Amino acid sequence: MMAARTLFEKIWQRHVIVSRGADEALLAVDSHFVAEGSFHAFGALAKDGRRVRKPRQVFGSPDHFVPTLGREQGLAGMGDAESRGLIEYLAHNAREYGFDHFGIDDARQGILHVIGPELGISQPGLMITCGDSHTSTHGAVGAFALGIGASQNKQVLATQCLWQKRPKTMRIGVEGALGPCVTAKDVILAIIAKIGVSGAVGHVIEYAGGVLRAMTMEERMTVCNMSIEAGARSGMVAPDDTTFAYLHGRPYAPQGGHWEEALAYWRTLPSDAGAKFDREVTLDASALEPMVTWGTLPEHAIAVTGSVPDPACASSADERAQWDEAIRYIGLAPGTPLAGIEIDRVFIGSCTNGRIEDLRAAAAVLRGGKAAIRAWVSPGSTTVKRQAEAEGLDRVFREAGCEWRAAGCSSCVAMNGDGVGAGERCASTSNRNFEGRQGKGSRTHLMSPAMAAAAALTGRITDVRKLAS
Amino acid sequence: MNPFTKLTAVAAPLELDNVDTDKLIPNRFFRKARGNGLQRYLLHDIRFDAGGNERPDFVLNQEPYRKAQILVSGANFGCGSSREAAVYVVLDYGIRTVIAPSFGDIYFGNMLQNGMLPVVLAAENCAALRAQLRANPGAQITVDLEAQSVTGPDGTAYRFEIDAGPRGRLLQGLDDVGLVLQHLPEIEAFEARYRSEYPWRA
Repeated sequence: MMAARTLFEKIWQRHVIVSRGADEALLAVDSHFVAEGSFHAFGALAKDGRRVRKPRQVFGSPDHFVPTLGREQGLAGMGDAESRGLIEYLAHNAREYGFDHFGIDDARQGILHVIGPELGISQPGLMITCGDSHTSTHGAVGAFALGIGASQNKQVLATQCLWQKRPKTMRIGVEGALGPCVTAKDVILAIIAKIGVSGAVGHVIEYAGGVLRAMTMEERMTVCNMSIEAGARSGMVAPDDTTFAYLHGRPYAPQGGHWEEALAYWRTLPSDAGAKFDREVTLDASALEPMVTWGTLPEHAIAVTGSVPDPACASSADERAQWDEAIRYIGLAPGTPLAGIEIDRVFIGSCTNGRIEDLRAAAAVLRGGKAAIRAWVSPGSTTVKRQAEAEGLDRVFREAGCEWRAAGCSSCVAMNGDGVGAGERCASTSNRNFEGRQGKGSRTHLMSPAMAAAAALTGRITDVRKLAS
Repeated sequence: MNPFTKLTAVAAPLELDNVDTDKLIPNRFFRKARGNGLQRYLLHDIRFDAGGNERPDFVLNQEPYRKAQILVSGANFGCGSSREAAVYVVLDYGIRTVIAPSFGDIYFGNMLQNGMLPVVLAAENCAALRAQLRANPGAQITVDLEAQSVTGPDGTAYRFEIDAGPRGRLLQGLDDVGLVLQHLPEIEAFEARYRSEYPWRA
């Protein structure tokens, strides 16, 4: 009898081509995603005189640098020659090597971590790579999805294989019932606050427990998306009927007789009873409240009912110095209650929270109200945008005074010019509150879509539960 | 790729934990091509003020440290994005090795891919090295990959651990793509078997 194995071990073992030393292996990559930011990798590939080895397993779409205004003009609408060049270069490489490319004016364009699952490219049991640290999002379908740098990006393009050191495994069990207005974003922020930004370094996380089982696929994607913010190599959730119902009928999902074959295999993937993890962490979700970050690391997340902490209460001298610096940058005095802090602008979108359920949650709060400050919404993909428009969500946002933008990474990473000004404070549904992340001098407070919408209405960090009552 | 064997060079102390990739190269410079002075953007918003002038209090703006080829940092160096430009800026500045209590996983791998050596030493040893470097600006550290040792300005040697695989590749300056393609027969056999077992992926 085979020893009990985790979901991760099953996927890892299935993809080992050869081993090297005790814990390194050459892995077969099923699907590789590329955006315009992969230009270093394509440049190095060409310089080496190599070609894309398995173009049918490579998928591209521009996301980081695409503008969110003037998109009806396609490339011609891009005034910035440097960014346009990167997007043209991706399209050129797609033609040159013959891989599927959802270009700037394609109806399927979007953030790679949104469109992978949306198109059914990301499937259970797959090994997925992409030159972006939020690739762990695809793990929500039960895949091993890995963010890699440009050198490894080139390696995958040239070989469709990747040398990897085997990570350790960590199970994070989330039990209990989520309270009203407590979302997947709050769950993952609470996990990061608990284990810290380097708490999962060297590990792949399997998120499990009743709360994960009850989550929709999009909620699981939000959780897996931020695995890297705890330092993890990847994050995943075991596939179940929720996963299968989500994937069924999507354009790249197995069709016809293949669907049943795939399903039979996918059902064997969840971790066996008694499988051992290197680390186990549990979180009681019933105690959670809507979370907001106060500082400059994702681990600086606390309940919206809390206050900016006093560095004197830090657990070590290093942490105290780090909190001092975070407080200086964010411009808030220790002891300031989070609820009530004035906000300059709101961003709703990103690979963390730019899916249709996120937009519905934000629109439900904004419906019939007026934004007190500048707020914009950028759907995670053009498909999400179209769906939102079919549901009339765009009208809700517009009538509330929000800007309805086109799909891309937008203000999460601000590479396309959608920046937050120096000293400005942004309530953001994105994934990183690092110094300067949303633009030089920008101050980011991470939160859920409903909380960001509440901040838009009042111009302050607001407990959305109080707004509702 | 240049092999890495042994390096004796000026080291700079970086008194920061969680030096994230957005600090190493701010987003707005990400699209810059390599080879046109990319190193200008290393730690840009810490090195330069709003007017683009050097901040004199920052360590890399002080004379003996300008030529540093070694950085000694706080914990979790390189956390954040996978963007390899955050490694290129460090390498193009002239730094071949970073010594820290811990690294972001992706960053650690990206350093190895570029012939750079990430050295993990205990936090107290990193702090001791930084204190010596502050007290003796321009002091040198020796990093010896063959011996797996770091020797501080005061002569104290610290052993560091590194997996045999990356160690061997760094010592020889081997490129991973070449190492993959040596296994082409195994890869093709694997792929044929895989296609027959999972026909929906063929």
